[in-house]
Amino acid sequence: MTTAVRTSTRHGTGRRRSAKRPARTLAEIVAVLVAAVVAFPLYWMLLTAFKPTGQIQSTDPRPWTLSPTLENFRRVLTVDDFGRYFLNSVVVAGIVVLVSLLISFLAAVALTKFRFRGRTVLLVMILVAQMVPVEALTIPLFFLMRSVGSVAPWFGLNHLGSLVLVHLAFSLPFAIWMLRGFVAAVPDELEEAATLDGAGRFRFTWQVLFPLVAPGLVAMSVLSFIHAWNDFLFAKTFIISATENQTLPLAILVFFKPTGNDWGAIMAGSTLMTIPVLIFFVLVQRHLVSGIAGAVKT
Amino acid sequence: MTVQSSTEPGTAGRLPPLRSGKRRRPRPRGPRASGRTAALYLAPTGIVLLAVMAYPLYQLVQLSLYEYGQAQASGGAPLEFRGLGNYADLLGDARFWMVLLNTCGFAAVCVLGSLTVGIALAVLASRVRWLPRTLLFLAALGAWATPAVAGSTVWLFLFDQDFGLVNEILSGIGLESMEGFSWTYDRFVAFALVAGEVIWCSFPFVMVTMYAGIKAIPGEMIEAAALDGASTWRTTRSVLMPMLRPLLVIATIQSIIWDFKIFTQIYVMTDGGGIAGRNLVLNVYAYQEAFAGSSYGLGSAIGVVMTALLLLITVIYLRVQRGFGEST
Repeated sequence: MTTAVRTSTRHGTGRRRSAKRPARTLAEIVAVLVAAVVAFPLYWMLLTAFKPTGQIQSTDPRPWTLSPTLENFRRVLTVDDFGRYFLNSVVVAGIVVLVSLLISFLAAVALTKFRFRGRTVLLVMILVAQMVPVEALTIPLFFLMRSVGSVAPWFGLNHLGSLVLVHLAFSLPFAIWMLRGFVAAVPDELEEAATLDGAGRFRFTWQVLFPLVAPGLVAMSVLSFIHAWNDFLFAKTFIISATENQTLPLAILVFFKPTGNDWGAIMAGSTLMTIPVLIFFVLVQRHLVSGIAGAVKT
Repeated sequence: MTVQSSTEPGTAGRLPPLRSGKRRRPRPRGPRASGRTAALYLAPTGIVLLAVMAYPLYQLVQLSLYEYGQAQASGGAPLEFRGLGNYADLLGDARFWMVLLNTCGFAAVCVLGSLTVGIALAVLASRVRWLPRTLLFLAALGAWATPAVAGSTVWLFLFDQDFGLVNEILSGIGLESMEGFSWTYDRFVAFALVAGEVIWCSFPFVMVTMYAGIKAIPGEMIEAAALDGASTWRTTRSVLMPMLRPLLVIATIQSIIWDFKIFTQIYVMTDGGGIAGRNLVLNVYAYQEAFAGSSYGLGSAIGVVMTALLLLITVIYLRVQRGFGEST
């Protein structure tokens, strides 16, 4: 009996393993097909970006090209100052990730490891903050940034600082909530040991906790990054006249024209915008998956 | 309160440990006073959230009670208090009801779609070997990583009237009427297209979450149920579902929050809300009223309605889930 159970759990297929083999093969075929369908829009985007205009605007749906060209990328980078917008997006998303990483980590530590009055109230407030649709706040935020601009121009309308501030507020509640699980998983004994060794709270936080929750921090930064990188609404609302401070999502729309959309350029721009995130995701996918799992089970 | 108890320690007990032995409830440390350090640690977050979330939220409500147009915004006219006037205007406007219906229907389709696809693929991924599973996860991560604008443009191109692959293929296999078919003209077809894109990029979160949950269920447990003579259906209902429910709650809430306030996809794919605003949802509607129509007061009222609805839906959902969890 014991052997039977152990064998079946190791293979995870149950006792009727031989009977299930065709079913699994079928499932695997389905899985590969689904993967192909899900990945297809990305493939088509990449392919179109390298296709010459003549092939894009034809009735020939061949899923390959024999004459790849960089013409579309050249157009995106020269006609539309894509490099500049790319840099703007990197600056905004980068600062948001760094700052939210530091301050949400501190908040998560305080809410998990410290005991103080009002802790429960703060926890509930963080959870409620997650549900506030920040997009609904666009109008008051617009007026806020307008008045901030007269005091601190860098954080006002038409400057990247205003986007940084908004995206920080976006990502903090979720980041804290996600990190709490990781901080809570660190055994309290470690802190007792650290205290015995003479480490204060700050040293414990940075030298013991910080490296231990690194996987959570990685997962959290990916989600903050994608939030800031994706933003279309606030970039559209806040960056009105200073087009040189525009970010990527709006830069692509330039190629949508009433006279006919320049699909080659649109796909090239979309590719340029997607590739950094794709690389980021693939690099950290393990941490991302375990991070989500860690966060949701708390 | 409901919010807290369903994601807080209550669920910790019901969930199996992913890393065995390491899990424990967040237990605050001993009696040593840590109020001051805690305040220091929480201060940066607190300042940002108060300034960029709490204060604008207060302002949103306040703005919604005033007549606030172009003249007031530029300081050319005095503020005029309207009380609930903006809300009365909204409720009396047939267009608002249409947009509200659009929003709820569209969000419901997106939430159900991403949950169904996400859960189905999580189950599928747990039943296949390494290679197909990795392919499935890589494809899902790819869709997830695609920025909303990029995803919208690719879907638009695939379904483009003249140069889109979908129309080429459909007319190629004999559906002549699909040649030159516009996927963004008809109200429902356009919504379906946007929903397709939204589900495509949001099911991966559900899939990853549910996959982690399925993986955390010890194989012995399913085996034991099978030995006791439980059917597959019974095992799913009485063993798997109770363990997966907390994760399902989180995946559903996140989906509701995301899909209810979608802006980018609708704005880009239907060019600002469709022909004659037929594809408007609350978020885009508020934006159009405020920034295109300079009715900031009215736009704010829409924002308040949206926030209230979102909170209400979430709370009701949590209540129902909790009641459901206790009765089984």
